[in-house]
Amino acid sequence: MPVVILRAPLKDLAGGNRELRLGGADVRAVIRSLESSWPKTIGWILDDQGRVRQHVNVFLNGERVREDAKVGADDTIHVLASITGGA
Amino acid sequence: MRELLVGTKKGLFVLRGEEPDAFEVATRAFEGDVVEFAIRDPRTGRYFASVTSGFFGPRVMWTDDPLGEWQAAEGPAFPEGTDTSVDRIWVITSGEADGMLYAGVAPAALFVSTDGGASWSLNEPLWKERIAGDWQPGFGGLALHSICPWPGDPQRLAVGVSAAGVWLTEDGGASWTTGFTGLVPRYLPEEARAGTNTLCVHNMHRAPAAPERLFMQFHGSVYRSDDAGSSWNEIAEGLPSGFGFPLAIDPADPDSAFVIPLTADADRVTPDGKVRVFETRDAGGSWTARGDGLPGDDAWLTVLRQALGRAGEGPELGLWFGATSGEVFGSTDAGRTWATVAPRLAPVTSVRAS
Repeated sequence: MPVVILRAPLKDLAGGNRELRLGGADVRAVIRSLESSWPKTIGWILDDQGRVRQHVNVFLNGERVREDAKVGADDTIHVLASITGGA
Repeated sequence: MRELLVGTKKGLFVLRGEEPDAFEVATRAFEGDVVEFAIRDPRTGRYFASVTSGFFGPRVMWTDDPLGEWQAAEGPAFPEGTDTSVDRIWVITSGEADGMLYAGVAPAALFVSTDGGASWSLNEPLWKERIAGDWQPGFGGLALHSICPWPGDPQRLAVGVSAAGVWLTEDGGASWTTGFTGLVPRYLPEEARAGTNTLCVHNMHRAPAAPERLFMQFHGSVYRSDDAGSSWNEIAEGLPSGFGFPLAIDPADPDSAFVIPLTADADRVTPDGKVRVFETRDAGGSWTARGDGLPGDDAWLTVLRQALGRAGEGPELGLWFGATSGEVFGSTDAGRTWATVAPRLAPVTSVRAS
């Protein structure tokens, strides 16, 4: 199963786990697995329609991807807040 | 002990005290996130906060102890297939049936909870009106920000939408009609006004002692309805400006309303550099400026839509408001005298008192 790497605050919502092995054929399915295992993450990464939120970045093996990107068993997914400006 | 829930651009501040000039910050929650709105359900004592992370989106949080842990509600979220996501949760209001609460969101929709706020579902009939109609956003987005239950009757409800007018239901939200006779959208060309639903409601409250009466702060004027929102009468004469956002009423007096005018839509500050709350006790026939204790010189404040709250009623009505510059002011004598409650919080988005 692919490895999902989380940073705060997502890590805290996932029981303090920085790394999780989660099943799924694409990014959306992997995040749904995360939500199923750790319900406090529901709505944080995917919006109401199952799309990666505008200001959340998902990297698959170092490449920024969207929710429909295919995921392999040996892949690594980083989920983190984007670098956006503002006060 | 009085308690204020002050939503700000940088978290929720819970203030506690007796007199307005002696409040303390009991806690700050949701650091770094915008708290658009927070309220305590008077029926259960449960607290609700609308929290928006700039990264991770909006959510309703609830707790029975604001100094303790908060839990995320299930929703509000649009059903899959609507191609829509909640951008912002503007208001949360207690309903009239046991366990019922309402939430108004952007893009404009009404969500309902029947389990005391733990989970929320979309009111589909009003959403269908939004899809069928050509609802236009105001400057602050397409927002359902005002929810007015009818005391004792869960079937009747009025909601205000910026900028899509007033919507009324008498069957618990199964069907909706819109009521706008008398509202004058002066921001549109005169020839485009007739029949338009581009009606920029800024705030709306019902008088609980006479539920057919509603007061409205509109984009550029203030109105009163005496027929439950079907028609509206302009009552802004005597105010320094018809423009503004906050609105409150004294529950004991159906002829009362309080507004905080801003200079104009193009200049959203307190007129003439004076901070004043304007009060009517004759249903809008006349207005009295209340500013004793409020900044009276070089005070160019902006007070947002949900940033005026009240508690109690009659001569002991408490009025509390905050500004985007971070000050919070309060009165415990129905607005006759005021004091600074907190001088330097973050930009205030909402104030509710209990």
